[in-house]
Amino acid sequence: MAKKVPLQITLNGEERAEFVESGSTLLTALRDRFDDTSPKGGCNQGTCGACTVIIDGELRLACLTLAEMCDGASVQTTSGMAKGGVLHPLQRAFMEGFAAQCGFCTPGMIMAAKALLDRVPNPSRDEVIEALAGNICRCTGYEPIINAVLEAARANSHNAA
Amino acid sequence: MIRLAKEYFADQRKDDLHELGKGLQRSDAPGHVTAKTKYFADRTFPGMLYLKMVRSPHHHARIRSIDTSEAEKHPGVARVLTHKDVPHNVYTILILIQVGPEDEQVLAEDKVRWKGEAVVAVLADSPRAAEEAAAMVKVDYEVLPAVFDIDAALKPDAPLVNEYHGQNYYLYDSGECRKVRFGDVEKGFAESDHILEQTYWSSPIEHAPAETTGCIVVPEGNDRFTCYTNTQAMFFTLDNTSIILQMPGQKLHMVGGTVGGGFGGKVDVTVEPISILASKLTGRPVRFVYSREEEMQISSPRAAEKIVLKDGVTKDGRILARQVWGYTDAGAYSRHSPYGAQKGAAHYPGPYTIPNVSIDTYCVYTNRTPSSAMRGFGVTIADFALEVQMDKLARLIGMDPLEFRFLNAYRDGDMKAHRQPTEGAALIECMQEASRTADWPVAERFFKMSSYKTEA
Repeated sequence: MAKKVPLQITLNGEERAEFVESGSTLLTALRDRFDDTSPKGGCNQGTCGACTVIIDGELRLACLTLAEMCDGASVQTTSGMAKGGVLHPLQRAFMEGFAAQCGFCTPGMIMAAKALLDRVPNPSRDEVIEALAGNICRCTGYEPIINAVLEAARANSHNAA
Repeated sequence: MIRLAKEYFADQRKDDLHELGKGLQRSDAPGHVTAKTKYFADRTFPGMLYLKMVRSPHHHARIRSIDTSEAEKHPGVARVLTHKDVPHNVYTILILIQVGPEDEQVLAEDKVRWKGEAVVAVLADSPRAAEEAAAMVKVDYEVLPAVFDIDAALKPDAPLVNEYHGQNYYLYDSGECRKVRFGDVEKGFAESDHILEQTYWSSPIEHAPAETTGCIVVPEGNDRFTCYTNTQAMFFTLDNTSIILQMPGQKLHMVGGTVGGGFGGKVDVTVEPISILASKLTGRPVRFVYSREEEMQISSPRAAEKIVLKDGVTKDGRILARQVWGYTDAGAYSRHSPYGAQKGAAHYPGPYTIPNVSIDTYCVYTNRTPSSAMRGFGVTIADFALEVQMDKLARLIGMDPLEFRFLNAYRDGDMKAHRQPTEGAALIECMQEASRTADWPVAERFFKMSSYKTEA
């Protein structure tokens, strides 16, 4: 039996601790131990982006990140985006802009988009495309997703003004 | 932007189509954007076993022996399954609608017919233990000659791919191919000014859904099995599992409907029967999920096709005769391909009225990954071929390709080659809009045409 190691993280602002198998990925740890199934396992080899999360403010692929290396880190996932039942502007824009079809890539897309908007509040279209380049969607053809991110940025700046 | 032209056919309708053109939010969108949508794999159960499939490394081989003794002794292994454990090991999906014979093994017994065919299923406490044990299974193969394309498979001396068929093509009730005969093609060719025969080839295409194929099975206290699956075909899965496991349908509770992309690639019944069997034999929850590599290599792609189109056309732009030989590469097993090839037979005249038609479509077996459903399978590649052919025919007689299509477009009341009268055609109107939108002008008389009026 694989050795279990303690893992303490701040998950979407909440202090959490669980034992995980030594050598397991953050993706497995989040899904199987922390009951957060919002990051998806699409390829488990770092090519599809479905497992995208934000670790200490940086965009990361949970399937390529060793769980043990995240001890003490702050981890953000899509399941923590809505606050008090109010959707994040990105979530609203994805919902209203038909940017999710099967929905499997959506949590990763939203994380990649959030990492961009946290850094660049008013990105150009090219910057959005660049930011989503690591996330594969097989349904939408990307256009509604790109438009939704731009729409969320507009909504954000409108609220800030 | 989408423009809705409600004026078309307005006099044929009672409804004012007031719902059309309004944005409507998808009912599943809130779940998707909050990540609350539950896909089959978003579950874990205490005591869950992980299934790893041992697959054929050869395209075509006889199995001399299977030795699972080392794998069974590996720490963490709960059970190793072979063909002997499967109650009804040879099946075919469309037997449900009497499209036989059963021709595919759940787990290979005496022969493998494609590289990747399932041979032995290993069940262990962890994915790692399952993979390690799977590597310990010893299968002794005698490699056989293989065929990889339609032409090679149909040669008289070709190796036989699938003994359940007896020849390298599907035998329809109409013989070696599905046939459509309409009018007299020889007469049509004789009356034509030009004849053009072209051959079109296509390659297999993988759907590559974001979520790979899989299921999780839980044995319930009431002697039933709950199967969380991402199948696109719940009842195909239920009924085929019932046949394969010789288990009444009421013992099987399929839970699904949330699919992380399918595009036809999750219509076959591949993971559920073996997982339910494993759960039954171990009494434990079982998880079987394709790796990305398996999704790309093992799950069925769109079929490769070979299409020969021969058309007779007059110099003033009427197609008088079309003869078609269509070949669908089913791979090693039928799955949905006999049906796909049959669909092609009905489809090859395209949306055109041709008075003389002869169509033969073949479903051919090769030692390739079984092909199956994908977005309009049987007709999508046919459309590619026949529309390229339309452009070539137009060029041959020096006519504008869009005007050429107006001249041959089917209209309401026209009889199609497979004896279905045309109803509700809107091809003329679509082409009129396309002409305006794409700024591809055509002669004024084509704007006076209609799909359902008889003038022009």
